[in-house]
Amino acid sequence: MRKFGIGQPVRRVEDVRFITGAGAYTDDLNLPGQAYGYLLRSPWAHAAIRSIDVSAARAADGVLGIWTGADLAAAGVGDLPCAISGVLRNRDGSVLEVAGRAVLARDRAMHVGDGLAFIVAETLAKAKAAAELIVVDAEELPAAANLADAVHGEAPRLRESAPGNICFDWEGGDAAAVDGAFGQAAHVTSIDLLHNRLAPSPIEPRAALGHVDDGRHVLRTSTQGANLFQRVIAPVLGIDQEALRIITADVGGSFGMKEFIYPEHILVLFAAEKLGRPVKWSGDRSESFMSDLHGRDVISHAEIAFDADGRATSLRVHNRANMGAYVSLFGPGIQTLGGARLTGGLYAIPAINVRVTGYYSNSVPVDAYRGAGRPEAAYVIERLMNKAARELGLAPDEIRRRNFIRPSQLPYRHPLGFVFDSGAFEANMDEAMRLADWAGFPARRDGARARGRLRGIGMSCYIESSVGFGYEAAEIRFPEDGTIEIVAGTMSAGQGHETVWAQIVTEQLGVPFEAIRLVQGDTDRVKTGGGTAGSRSTYMVAGAFRLSADQVIDKGKAFVAMLLGEPPESIEFSDGMFRSAGSNRSMSIMETAAAARRDGEGLDSGATFNHDISTFPNGCHVCEVEIDPDTGKVEVVRYLVVDDFGRIVNPMVVDGQVHGGIVQGLGQALMEHSLHDPETGQLVTGSFMDYALPRADDLCAIESSYNEVPCTTSPYGVKGCGEAGTTGACPAIMNAVLDALAERGVTELDMPATPLRVWQALRGAR
Amino acid sequence: MTGFADFIGGFGDIMTVKVTTTVNGKPVSGDVEPNTLLVEFVRENLGLTGTHVGCDTSQCGACTVHFDGKPVKSCTILAVQAEGHQVVTIEGIGQPGNLHPMQAAFQENHGLQCGFCTPGMIMAGIGIVERNKGTNLSEETIRAELEGNICRCTGYHNIVKSIAAAARGN
Ligand code: FES
Ligand code: FES
Repeated sequence: MRKFGIGQPVRRVEDVRFITGAGAYTDDLNLPGQAYGYLLRSPWAHAAIRSIDVSAARAADGVLGIWTGADLAAAGVGDLPCAISGVLRNRDGSVLEVAGRAVLARDRAMHVGDGLAFIVAETLAKAKAAAELIVVDAEELPAAANLADAVHGEAPRLRESAPGNICFDWEGGDAAAVDGAFGQAAHVTSIDLLHNRLAPSPIEPRAALGHVDDGRHVLRTSTQGANLFQRVIAPVLGIDQEALRIITADVGGSFGMKEFIYPEHILVLFAAEKLGRPVKWSGDRSESFMSDLHGRDVISHAEIAFDADGRATSLRVHNRANMGAYVSLFGPGIQTLGGARLTGGLYAIPAINVRVTGYYSNSVPVDAYRGAGRPEAAYVIERLMNKAARELGLAPDEIRRRNFIRPSQLPYRHPLGFVFDSGAFEANMDEAMRLADWAGFPARRDGARARGRLRGIGMSCYIESSVGFGYEAAEIRFPEDGTIEIVAGTMSAGQGHETVWAQIVTEQLGVPFEAIRLVQGDTDRVKTGGGTAGSRSTYMVAGAFRLSADQVIDKGKAFVAMLLGEPPESIEFSDGMFRSAGSNRSMSIMETAAAARRDGEGLDSGATFNHDISTFPNGCHVCEVEIDPDTGKVEVVRYLVVDDFGRIVNPMVVDGQVHGGIVQGLGQALMEHSLHDPETGQLVTGSFMDYALPRADDLCAIESSYNEVPCTTSPYGVKGCGEAGTTGACPAIMNAVLDALAERGVTELDMPATPLRVWQALRGAR
Repeated sequence: MTGFADFIGGFGDIMTVKVTTTVNGKPVSGDVEPNTLLVEFVRENLGLTGTHVGCDTSQCGACTVHFDGKPVKSCTILAVQAEGHQVVTIEGIGQPGNLHPMQAAFQENHGLQCGFCTPGMIMAGIGIVERNKGTNLSEETIRAELEGNICRCTGYHNIVKSIAAAARGN
């Protein structure tokens, strides 16, 4: 095994710049002569805009330019598109057709934070001062900002084209088969659940720096793949893709949210062109809460039918999903094409029907947030299983045992039309229960009781899906300075790609790890790329590097053969060396690359890996909580997980992904909830003082371990790990909370299980 | 036109004051508006962009620096308050090849992912170890004392581990 190859906990090469303060996040970048942009945002959740008078502001000190939605329309700036429009098919057979989102609101402001005017001035302070002088004549309209406010019959209609505020109504699976099975059921369990709305909140707020250089627009900003930005933004501005360069340096966390194109990206480029000066926009945290795309926000109703032996025969789920004020790039795809297929989890349920209805509301658009639909699916089935177990008088592990997809059933053709390739679901649960000393729990509960506390244990057996789609591109180059340049279309926002991709290439070519440099996030240097999303990066990039490495090896063999005057078939490659079988002569890959470069062609190679098969990370989380019945405060006292991520490239980095993912799930389960006032539609959770992110003292250490069952469909057997922690955490924690509360008669509780909600549930149940 | 903006000093060019302080051991000075935050002075006037801004309510701790040897959130104090004081930022505690033990511990223990909270975490971590010198620094203490710093990536597990390792001297 190589010291820096696949499977090694290699320390991260990118860390040196981050720990010394030398990272280059977007707001750290400045260009000579830059001006500062500020976005005047709607203070109303819903308002008809009659006019926007910018005359006084335009005359203010230091102001360089002000643009409204009308100005952008007049200048021919397009709208931000929805990629799911024209793709998603409604239950009635019609295809979803939705308008894009205006870069600045034209005649209606649709949510608090919606952009009304973009002001550019010599300093940010001057831009903000000028914004105060803008007079917006608007009529406030009735708003429906929370999902619950938008779905009921009396809700104000937000769009002429959308009766009932319904954006789409999609369905998957076999409804007739499900109906039939419910007719025969020995037992039916049903549940209603809220998937609370979340503000993704990477600690780096959004920022964008645009300028026009030599006739080309250049945007520096955080992305999850610069090429997607280039493809989306060029047509909005009405320019050729080649006339737009996107550069992403360091990204301070994303979790899906920075995958997308925001109005400010268009605005800095537009203004920079108009003014002939670089324009920088940096959002503050308050703006993040009212303008970053949000996650989740789904209400589920689910029913599961069992036969007399406690085996599930069918499952029916209806999810009502909030799209927000506008449909985002992937918005309508998240709960449907993305998450719905994991409905039913890792159980062999023969008939499944899932329906998703999307609604408009007066809130920030909702799109992919870590897990993107799969945590919702896992939460529904794992809460249902626990509830059914209680109703049927079965232990939580027993009901799961009766329903797991067995190893002998793999590869398993899922009723929703895809294949689970591999996994050891029951073994993962057994191992997690053993590590957790599940059998010893009653004694721990007694101990807690003696201290006046309620103790509960919960598990979730989750499966999620790393989303295989499209392609990923890579290149391997050997420049003159003796380094190895590896180019990838993916983008790291903290996942350690500079290290992990180098491990993969070291494994493939035996090149020195220290000499590898990753090139990412620059459309002039990365010709094409799919980007980082859906936990796909490792196996997609591994596939692209493998194809590239194969070409490097073929070119190297041909070159060495030519040098030695031997046939190419007689040259072998292993451990970074080309060897002639006949003459016993050898040459290292670095020597070969240098010689081949001097000779002309060199060994530089690139390839695109096309792959449309998803992988299925899975595992078992076990959580133990203690609750103070007087305050309702939930304390997580033990957390452990057994994950099957297939083959693991860097266990240290994977541990980090697991920890971070679980704690984001813990945030959803216990603390986080983005809320609007139901009367006014005002954002109630607009800062870290009202929106609670987990802090170090909100949890205990996390024990992670792995059961590596190699994936049979992906390069190196990798399954991916980025979103699994988030997917498994919510049901494990909530099942533990409900287990603790059961003895007090509490049977239902929604996330987040804040002290207030738990306390109310305890009082209500008395 | 005279407006509120001129009085609070943020918007005109008229009211600037000179700040003279010591940053990372070097005397520095600059002209700033009176309402300029220390973090703005450090990032914009001095170009030391390792200190980050993650919020506008003094919650996240990404801006933590050392002020006369103690960790403070540099978004909670004005640049003028640094007059005559000693400020140390992440750039001042160690360099590649000559890392501060806390920096080295973060790398060794994978105490960072995106790195955005990291300078603040490292500066806070040094403070935690200092304050608890001579005690057996427990995980609970580290977690409690990290309360003012938010990380969205790591789940804190490895940050706690990094600080504990640095406290033990390994
Ligand atoms: S920027 Fe200072 S605490 Fe967040
Ligand atoms: S490492 Fe990203 S916020 Fe802490």
